[in-house]
Amino acid sequence: MQALQTILDDALAVFAATNDAAALEQAKARYLGREGSLTALLKGLGKLSVEERPAAGARINVIKQQIEAALNARRDAIQQQALQLKLAAESLDVTLPGRGLAAGGLHPVTRTLERIETLFHSIGFDVADGPEIETDFYNFTALNIPENHPARAMHDTFYIDAKHVLRTHTSPIQVRYMQAHIEKFGNEATMPDIRIIAPGRVYRVDSDATHSPMFHQVEGLWIGEQVSFANLKGVVQDFLQRYFERDDLTVRFRPSFFPFTEPSAEMDMSWGDGWLEIGGCGMVHPNVLKHVNIDSEKYLGFAFGLGVERLAMLRYGVNDLRQFYEGDLRFLKQFN
Amino acid sequence: MKFSENWLRSWANPALDTDGLGHQLTMAGLEVEAQEAAAPTFNNVVVAEVLEVVKHPNADRLNVCQVNVGEAAPITIVCGASNVAVGVKVPCARIGAVLPGDFKIKQAKVRNVESFGMLCSAKELGLAEESQGLWLLPADAPVGTTIRAYLDLDDTLYTLKLTPNRSDCLGIAGLAREVAAITGCAITPVVAAPVADSVPDTLPVTVSAAACGLYCGRVVRGVNAAAATPDWMVRRLERSGIRSISAVVDITNYVLLELGQPMHAFDLARLSGGITVRPAAAGEKLELLNGQTVELNPDYLLIADDARALALAGIMGGAGSGVETTTTDVFLEAAWFDPNAIAGKARSFGLNTDSSFRFERGVDFVATRAAMERATQLLLDICGGAVGPISEVRGELPQRAPILLRTSRVKRVLGIDLSVQQIEGILDRLRFRFALQGADFLVTPPSYRFDLGIEADLIEELARIHGYDNIPALPPQGQLSMLPVSESLRPLRRLRQLLVSRDYQETVSYAFLEADVERDLCGNSAPVTLQNPIASQFSVMRSSLLGGLVGALRVNLSRRQPRVRLFESGACFAAVDGSYTQTERLAGLCYGSIQPEQWGAAARSVDFYDAKGDVEALFAPRSLCFVAATHPASHPGRSAQIFLGEQAIGWIGEIHPQWQQQYDLPQAAVWFEVELAALLSGSVTRASDVSRFPPVRRDLAVVVDESVALDSLLDELRAVRTEYVVGVELFDVYRGKGLENGKKSLAFRVLLQDTQKTLTDAEIERDVGQLLVALQSCGAQLRG
Repeated sequence: MQALQTILDDALAVFAATNDAAALEQAKARYLGREGSLTALLKGLGKLSVEERPAAGARINVIKQQIEAALNARRDAIQQQALQLKLAAESLDVTLPGRGLAAGGLHPVTRTLERIETLFHSIGFDVADGPEIETDFYNFTALNIPENHPARAMHDTFYIDAKHVLRTHTSPIQVRYMQAHIEKFGNEATMPDIRIIAPGRVYRVDSDATHSPMFHQVEGLWIGEQVSFANLKGVVQDFLQRYFERDDLTVRFRPSFFPFTEPSAEMDMSWGDGWLEIGGCGMVHPNVLKHVNIDSEKYLGFAFGLGVERLAMLRYGVNDLRQFYEGDLRFLKQFN
Repeated sequence: MKFSENWLRSWANPALDTDGLGHQLTMAGLEVEAQEAAAPTFNNVVVAEVLEVVKHPNADRLNVCQVNVGEAAPITIVCGASNVAVGVKVPCARIGAVLPGDFKIKQAKVRNVESFGMLCSAKELGLAEESQGLWLLPADAPVGTTIRAYLDLDDTLYTLKLTPNRSDCLGIAGLAREVAAITGCAITPVVAAPVADSVPDTLPVTVSAAACGLYCGRVVRGVNAAAATPDWMVRRLERSGIRSISAVVDITNYVLLELGQPMHAFDLARLSGGITVRPAAAGEKLELLNGQTVELNPDYLLIADDARALALAGIMGGAGSGVETTTTDVFLEAAWFDPNAIAGKARSFGLNTDSSFRFERGVDFVATRAAMERATQLLLDICGGAVGPISEVRGELPQRAPILLRTSRVKRVLGIDLSVQQIEGILDRLRFRFALQGADFLVTPPSYRFDLGIEADLIEELARIHGYDNIPALPPQGQLSMLPVSESLRPLRRLRQLLVSRDYQETVSYAFLEADVERDLCGNSAPVTLQNPIASQFSVMRSSLLGGLVGALRVNLSRRQPRVRLFESGACFAAVDGSYTQTERLAGLCYGSIQPEQWGAAARSVDFYDAKGDVEALFAPRSLCFVAATHPASHPGRSAQIFLGEQAIGWIGEIHPQWQQQYDLPQAAVWFEVELAALLSGSVTRASDVSRFPPVRRDLAVVVDESVALDSLLDELRAVRTEYVVGVELFDVYRGKGLENGKKSLAFRVLLQDTQKTLTDAEIERDVGQLLVALQSCGAQLRG
């Protein structure tokens, strides 16, 4: 039996010294192959007596199993080793930049408008729009600004022709929306509230660091049976606090004059140590309601207009209004 | 409206400091736009009289002066000014004085002579930009009085940004009334007692225009028109921004500022016959005081005599009839004109006068006669003379109908509870006449308030005096109902986000641009044009967003940006039969490499198909049709019109090489523009069953002429009625080796599937064979 032990020791030593899958298979053949030493021992069993054969066979099998186990273990080890080498060779510099397109971004005025729309939407304001080339009627007359009224001088108006202007404010949308609303609900005993904001481009003949000939306003309008000046103040204050994410922000109303609201107010917002003007507002003038056949005894409402660029400038710390319209990517990409 | 605080305080003097008063005015709706000191800060400067002037023993240009500063003994001052002389009165800065620029006056030895102060020029006191020598004060200046008190320098100039409704505050009297209402202080008005006439002279006055509701005229004879305007009046005029001209003109301006009533003074000797207020004749001309000659029509009102037009009523006097320093007899005029008759008239001639500004907003017709009396009094005081009786013609004046003010309505509108007593208190402070009717009020607006016509106007007055600050910010109440959200509409927000994620940066351009850009890029020779653009490069309205995008591209190229990808959405304008269309569009422009320069991808310039992919993504899952067509902006061979179904909804193309050169674009840019309405529309998905059987793929490669458009083959393939084909897609285009010149190979992937069974080879081959036949019928050959 010395021979069996020698074969085993020899096989274990040879396997351990082998680092290559092909060499390992060749080494295997030396023991378990057709000409292998263990195979030869098994073949020699036939020469033994019937009595000796089972025991001898069993002994050889034990050794055979041990050799096979060692072989498999070595196979796995070699495979693992090869895998490790392969993986090591395949490793990347994970700090290289990612591949592909970059992302663009929204214009800061759009971001601001979307934010405004989201906030007002959350208390049930729908979004309305209207034409930018507006008739004299909707831009002025329907808003209680008759021809030659000194209030027209407050608007530095771009004229297209005798009857058409570039709208100087988003207020004409109010009128158009109210007309449509009355057409829809005018016959009902009580019409549903009108609750809209109307964002859009407006135009004034004016250009410097704080004035642009084109800018954006958001008009707000709420018409109903229970809408008061105190509510107007509440809505505006709520909006500004949410927009700037500051609960300590307060709004101040100052008496003012707009032909389409009465009472009218300028809205100031607390900012730093002082106040900043952010728009105009008021209770919708009964004449405006009359123009669109809304019963001004039964319904009342408020309207306000906010300067969108102003809000964007304050929110994002932009100092020169003109930057919004130059299209300079270095400026725009800051907001991405 | 600019005015002196001290002048206002001589009428109404509330217990508030300058800032406090300014704040109260602002919070009452009379916004203080500017507030500046009348003079810079300095102290310890008095009126002094020079008693003796002796040459300085050690300096040629200096004098040693003995100066009376109102004390027992004169003081010695060394002075270098050349106009110093015995007897002159000049400002003297005493020791300890601090002059503007923090210039401290100390006792000093000037070349061995002690000097105890400094005689000053106007410049040294910060009261003039430039001055020569000492400031010589009037001979009657009281010695020893501080200059600040003597010249009333401790004053503030307020500038109000008055809203058009508050014409009643266009005078000191009205402002005083307002301050009294806001603060509750008393008013001490200046009232001129009527002057008894001392000459019988009158001019006949005829008013033949309804818009002139009141006309007062008065003859004053023997006037010294060359008299000097008193300093106090010059000062008040100047502090209101009005230059002193001559005594008579100054007086009319002073009354305008004090009472808000425009006035005019004619030289009686230059008038012939009586005065008529009448509409101008068509084509009638008048030369105005400023030298401008205006051509009129019956919409304009004239003051005329028997011979000619004298003045444009309510706006400006005419040339050749006004008062001059040689005038001896004056005809004073104070009138009231209907705001509607004056509104816009001055503006039609590019004018805006103190007079028209007030008349078109409304002048207090009850104060017109009082203004005449006040002007008379000042004229007599300053210029002397003998007055005739006032000729007054009254026409129709505005009615001040009582307005019902309901306490309940006040609560509804303002959202706060004002009691009957509170309302009464506020109306009292406003000096409005009213009668109580139960809990309601019948309020008669005063003559000077042209802005009070309805209940809402009165409610604003209540809120104003109560204080807007005292109205709380209350959360609104309303019915809760959900807003409709249409799922078949694709919100613009999502489309913008899609472009953003495809590396487009949003821009916002002006909606007006240069006419040349419209013509070049849009072939638009009749754009919507502004009558009054701010500049020629902003003179027409865009008919496409492309011009703005190209403009922004150029800005970025000039700032060395190598890669520019922009999009914009907005309205585009066109004139159609006298009206205007405004179409919302979405447009994009790409320039430079398809990806930012990077290590892991080969650089490649963006091309038509990149932009096409973006457009297809915008519309997905709907499919578009691109039809080769020329557009003025685009390379004729790289341009397509985009169709959604039958409807043309946009354009895509590569910028024409001509414009590329003209607009200094080193490389070609690709652009697209689509109608927003088409983009937003969609439909709600109806799901269909998905097959559980595996799809079969067969590839078909065919060779066609280079000129064959893919769509012509796809159309043919789609027309074939196969049983199991569920999709045919192009997956490769090949040109070159193995193909004849002018040929290309197109490879299609054909997917076949059935919802009920696995397909047999025979079924597959039959369908694919049909497709091949269709392709061959278009001249395509199966590629070997």
